[in-house]
Amino acid sequence: MTVRSTRALLATTLLGALVATSACGGGGTADAGNGTTTLVVKTFSQFGYADLYKEYEAGHPGVTIKEENIGKLGDYTPKLQQWLATGTGAGDVVAIEEGILTQFMAKPDQFVNLLDHGAGALKGNFLEWKWNQASTPDGSKVIGLGTDVGAQGMCYRTDLFARAGLPTNREEVGKLWPTWDDYLATGKRFKEKNTGAAFYDSSTGLYQNILMQQGDHTYYDKSNKLVIDSNPGVKKAWDQTINLVQAGLSANIEQWSPQWNAGFKNGGFATIPCPSWMLGTIEKQSGPENSGRWDVARVPGNGAVRGGSFLAVPTQSKHQTQAAELVKFLTSAKGQIAAFKAKNNFPSSPQAIDDAAVQAYTNPYFSDAPVGRIFGDSVKALKPVYLGPANLAIGDRVGNALTAVEQGKLKPDEAWAKAVDEARRLVK
Amino acid sequence: MLADLQPRTATTSVDPPSAPPPPPRRRLRDRISRIDAKWAPYLFVAPFFVIFGIFGLFPLGYTAWVSLHEWDISGPGGFIGLNNYVTLFGDPDFWNAVLNTVGMLVLATVPQLFFALVLASLLNQKLRGLTLLRMGVLLPIVTSVAAVGIVFSQIFDRDAGMVNGLLGLFSIEPIDWRADKWSSWTAIATMVNWRWTGYNALIYLAAMQSIPRDLYEAATVDGASKIRQFFSITIPMIRPALLFTVIVSTIAGMQLFTEPLIFGQGSFAISGGSLRQFQTLSMYMFEKAFRDFDYGYGSAIAWMMFLLITLLAVVNFLITRRSR
Repeated sequence: MTVRSTRALLATTLLGALVATSACGGGGTADAGNGTTTLVVKTFSQFGYADLYKEYEAGHPGVTIKEENIGKLGDYTPKLQQWLATGTGAGDVVAIEEGILTQFMAKPDQFVNLLDHGAGALKGNFLEWKWNQASTPDGSKVIGLGTDVGAQGMCYRTDLFARAGLPTNREEVGKLWPTWDDYLATGKRFKEKNTGAAFYDSSTGLYQNILMQQGDHTYYDKSNKLVIDSNPGVKKAWDQTINLVQAGLSANIEQWSPQWNAGFKNGGFATIPCPSWMLGTIEKQSGPENSGRWDVARVPGNGAVRGGSFLAVPTQSKHQTQAAELVKFLTSAKGQIAAFKAKNNFPSSPQAIDDAAVQAYTNPYFSDAPVGRIFGDSVKALKPVYLGPANLAIGDRVGNALTAVEQGKLKPDEAWAKAVDEARRLVK
Repeated sequence: MLADLQPRTATTSVDPPSAPPPPPRRRLRDRISRIDAKWAPYLFVAPFFVIFGIFGLFPLGYTAWVSLHEWDISGPGGFIGLNNYVTLFGDPDFWNAVLNTVGMLVLATVPQLFFALVLASLLNQKLRGLTLLRMGVLLPIVTSVAAVGIVFSQIFDRDAGMVNGLLGLFSIEPIDWRADKWSSWTAIATMVNWRWTGYNALIYLAAMQSIPRDLYEAATVDGASKIRQFFSITIPMIRPALLFTVIVSTIAGMQLFTEPLIFGQGSFAISGGSLRQFQTLSMYMFEKAFRDFDYGYGSAIAWMMFLLITLLAVVNFLITRRSR
């Protein structure tokens, strides 16, 4: 082959690569211009709104709803912050997870006051603390309406429990672990039987659940002062988690990673603390072949909230009135019940919680567990937890420290000191 | 030197002073042509410089400006001089990122260029199916980085990865590739090497093919072995190509981002491992600027990266030049 044909080969191949890379991207939305309005809804994870959109579109001719979803909350949050700060890209309705809500409450001007759109009359439709979370302190402005609350359960694999000689009935399983210490003891029993599976998936997820049961605040006190090292609740949750790690019960799998997804499929772990919104993820990742192998029991400790979201209308929306209408529709008791049935996002509306459709709802994928009742019981014990501005970022760092302990790279004390130090440097 | 390009016209001083002044039209045209000759070359090269100015120089300067401010998502705060840089020099996470980046750069560049050289000299022989082979080495570069990252992350998985499976055949304990610096660096460097070796090999091959055959013939007549010929003829003759690949790989290596990001897992993957085992400079910059929204600090990191790359490029250049 001559030099020239080598070059020609090189050129064509490079050209091919160029075309291949530039072929992705593009797309984008625009109003059709024929009188229809497109409302863009930004969500993360799974909100279970597909059927509700269809219903809304049918009842409102001329309105098209387009949901733009980002899978991981960790990817969604910085994007949302960017859209809002730059004044473009947020669409018409945005989902706000409670962890980041505090930050936005500091700048309520970025959102439409839903009281101006008749939300005031709906106050009784929400748990009181849920309503208050998204209202300014003087109550003159409401930036978001509650969707779900992260009611807690403990999901477990009945087949693995049976193999380890543990009870499989959800009532009996719940009685195994009134406290986290009992959960640890159960884990040790499970481990002795060498089923080949770990007792739980990841210490970071477990830690988050324990943490949310420790009183009314976590890393910040209510005046937004960093109290990570002086709040005994944080240290207690940490120590409790470390005990579980040191007993060798963790599968050491990072949540939301491909290995985590694989772990669901091939039964890599026997339990996972599951806030209501996680049931949809578990079902999706475990796949139809594992149908009926999962069940839901009560969570150790006293019920607490982990996660839960709001819908808000950013002021940059060009269709604020229509968007506010859509928010009211999606967060209505009826909308919340539908979302619960679709993805088990547990309602924040007392009417929806007490509704027979929720109370009597059983989830066929989870061995017909009466998830409506299990989560309903947990919700009644709920107390709101104040999170503070950088709680997500601090949580990431504490999670990394826990992972380092799991990997055997740091001793628990070193890891704790590192987490506290990183939190301090972050807040400055 | 531009004067050389000027057309020789009648107006130059060789004309006798008594000659009548040229008609005004002639003088105008003359002036235009002189302007043309003087400025047209600049106009021709202008597009590059204008585009470079807008997309290269301006962002560079603006980043420097941002790095001197307290600048978060709500916009510029106060001017704080070199404070961001002072913080940066005392920031252990920054130095960790520098170490990781340079470490992976060495692990990725040295074997990559070595194998590229070997591959190129093999492809320079007379072989069957040469075209197929030459096209084959280019395949990895056509693969999307994301796909490479995902596939290799599976290969280097702790629980179900292929590498651990193979090691298991020799009864070696499975390795948690993400837990240590050496193991994560190896995994990431493997991705980079896999992707770029063929590309560099083709550049070397092109350079090798332009070496005159008679040099080798003369060497053979003189009794030089193949290996001697390789080191005494091939290597010196393809030096410009070597220099090019070294500098380009260095720049690319310093900006390593996608492979380690995909290799990291979970919602805080940008931290590059639980103890930042494989967080590169670009990842740290991204974390600071687009996750913590500390744009000022992020810009300072970007500038330090720029300086480091420049430094490394100069060092590379000098070394490759010197060893003549």
